[in-house]
Amino acid sequence: MPADKAGAQQTVRWLLRDAITPMLHSILNRLLGMIVVMALVVTIVFVIVRVTPGDPAAVMLGPDATAADITALRSKLGLDGSILEQFGRYVLDVVQGDFGQSIFLGEPVTTALAQRAEPTFFLTVFSLVIATLIALPVGILSAYKRGSIFDQAATTIAMFAASVPSFWLGLVFIQFFAVKLGWFDTSGYGGPGASFADRLDHLVLPALALGLISSALITRFTRASMLDVLNDDYVRTARSKGMSEWRVVLKHAFRNALIPILTVIGLTAALLISGAVVTETVFGLPGVGSLVVSAVLRRDYPVIQGALLVIAGLYVLVNFAIDMLYLAVDPRVRY
Amino acid sequence: MAAISVPLQAEPNMLSRLMTRPTAAVGIAVLIAIVLAAILAPVIAPYAPTKLSIASRLHPPSLDHLFGTDDLGRDIFTRTLYAARTSLAVGFAVVIFASIIGVVLGLTSGFFRRLDAPVSRLIDAMMAFPDILLAIALVAALGATAVNVVVALGVVYAPRLARVVRASTLVIRELPYVEAARALGVPTPIILVRHVLRNVTSPLLVQATFIFANAILAEAGLSFLGVGISPDIPTWGTMIATGRQYMDQAGWIMMFPGGAIVITVLSLQLVGDGLRDLLDPRLAKDI
Repeated sequence: MPADKAGAQQTVRWLLRDAITPMLHSILNRLLGMIVVMALVVTIVFVIVRVTPGDPAAVMLGPDATAADITALRSKLGLDGSILEQFGRYVLDVVQGDFGQSIFLGEPVTTALAQRAEPTFFLTVFSLVIATLIALPVGILSAYKRGSIFDQAATTIAMFAASVPSFWLGLVFIQFFAVKLGWFDTSGYGGPGASFADRLDHLVLPALALGLISSALITRFTRASMLDVLNDDYVRTARSKGMSEWRVVLKHAFRNALIPILTVIGLTAALLISGAVVTETVFGLPGVGSLVVSAVLRRDYPVIQGALLVIAGLYVLVNFAIDMLYLAVDPRVRY
Repeated sequence: MAAISVPLQAEPNMLSRLMTRPTAAVGIAVLIAIVLAAILAPVIAPYAPTKLSIASRLHPPSLDHLFGTDDLGRDIFTRTLYAARTSLAVGFAVVIFASIIGVVLGLTSGFFRRLDAPVSRLIDAMMAFPDILLAIALVAALGATAVNVVVALGVVYAPRLARVVRASTLVIRELPYVEAARALGVPTPIILVRHVLRNVTSPLLVQATFIFANAILAEAGLSFLGVGISPDIPTWGTMIATGRQYMDQAGWIMMFPGGAIVITVLSLQLVGDGLRDLLDPRLAKDI
């Protein structure tokens, strides 16, 4: 029927104008912003090595180096030619996935990073899982029982946890659980050829240390965003319909509080990478963090640059993914 | 977290109002005690921070040595006091340095519409680097001195302050009195300083307190890793690094400096929370 056809056309037009086009516009906008930020990240990483006072090649080789050695290292580090030439070469290499050659490990930076990705990846994931498992129930209950002894205790403990240096908590854990009680190895990743279970065993203490500290931030945000929604109209409506408190809180309130909570979980993931740098060193885990620290101590610039690029790049990607998630979760969101 | 905060000017009787809040009062009292202890370290400390005594190495806490001694027989109580000087000085310098950069970036991006997009993207890019990671890379490039640690951490934390300043500036820019000043022909730099900057001090102060706390944690991390301030100067981080080597025989070496970090950072967070509640009631629920 013509009337139906007109109605369908109307609906399609409406969808295009009010739903799909703005959505595409938002995605493109964010994508463009992400590319710009990525380009700036590459530029910052490029600049960092160039702020070294004097000649990085001479600094790396020490006072006994010959002029020929220094020239050779300069070209290896990409420090020869004008600054624009250097930048052009660097960007071209990075775009092709070539992060240079490690000076001390004698292998490509990408290989060095890939070999050490596993402990860092699992450490970050486990810490995040531990932090979320603690923070969500505590934060929700804190908000629900606002002002109660539980709330006050949880808030105080969260603030306390946020004040503890992660590397120190790691050491305290090693002293208590590994040295005194002998439940875990004091450090390492089980050595070469260790089984997966053995490697996981070495991640328990570091993940616990990092997870406990990170739970503080997520708890505070969960509590705050739950408080925001618990007094909203739809929560009152759900209650007045005689819905069980359990369902009101988890289904109606928590769902609406989810966006800020997701954001802070994403941010925590990024913070965890920072925490992992120090924690890996404490626990002797052969991850990206300890790779960076040893690279800094040996002035292995290509490794430092590569690690910075990968980690900052991941952060930008995670942020982009969170933004896209918002678009999917909440149709009102526009960029 | 709300991106835009209501600008409120810091009031002269702020301190007394802050003291009426129990948690903030505890924070301030502890903080004052720590600052005094750091300043008076030469008076309070029973020994010299570098005094070696092989006869009394690795002694557990006693009346002679309240916090025990380290591997070289140095008094840990004394060194914890002296390290407080370094940590507080570095943290404070970082806050000042980061505030200067943050205010300049935040004011320009918030006030001048054309500069907003490029400066904001630069801030985004800088925030993409995890704080300790960027700091150790910068210190590695600049060289491991106390000044470079301050510069590195200042650069790391400046974008966070810039975001806060930008958010407030965006609101203030549209207020009638700024428009009035513009209409009267007041030069832009004067509008920026007299009308805008003065009104972003509250959110800036709150954020700066938290940055102070973070800077102390980060500096301790850098020193612990051996990529921070020279190990000759006592810092909490290097003391913990020493304690790590002796943790099975002398656990106290790392316990006391670690405790000092926790207490200092906690008191700063309590003060920061109190300030936020006081200056920005709309954000008070974000505890």
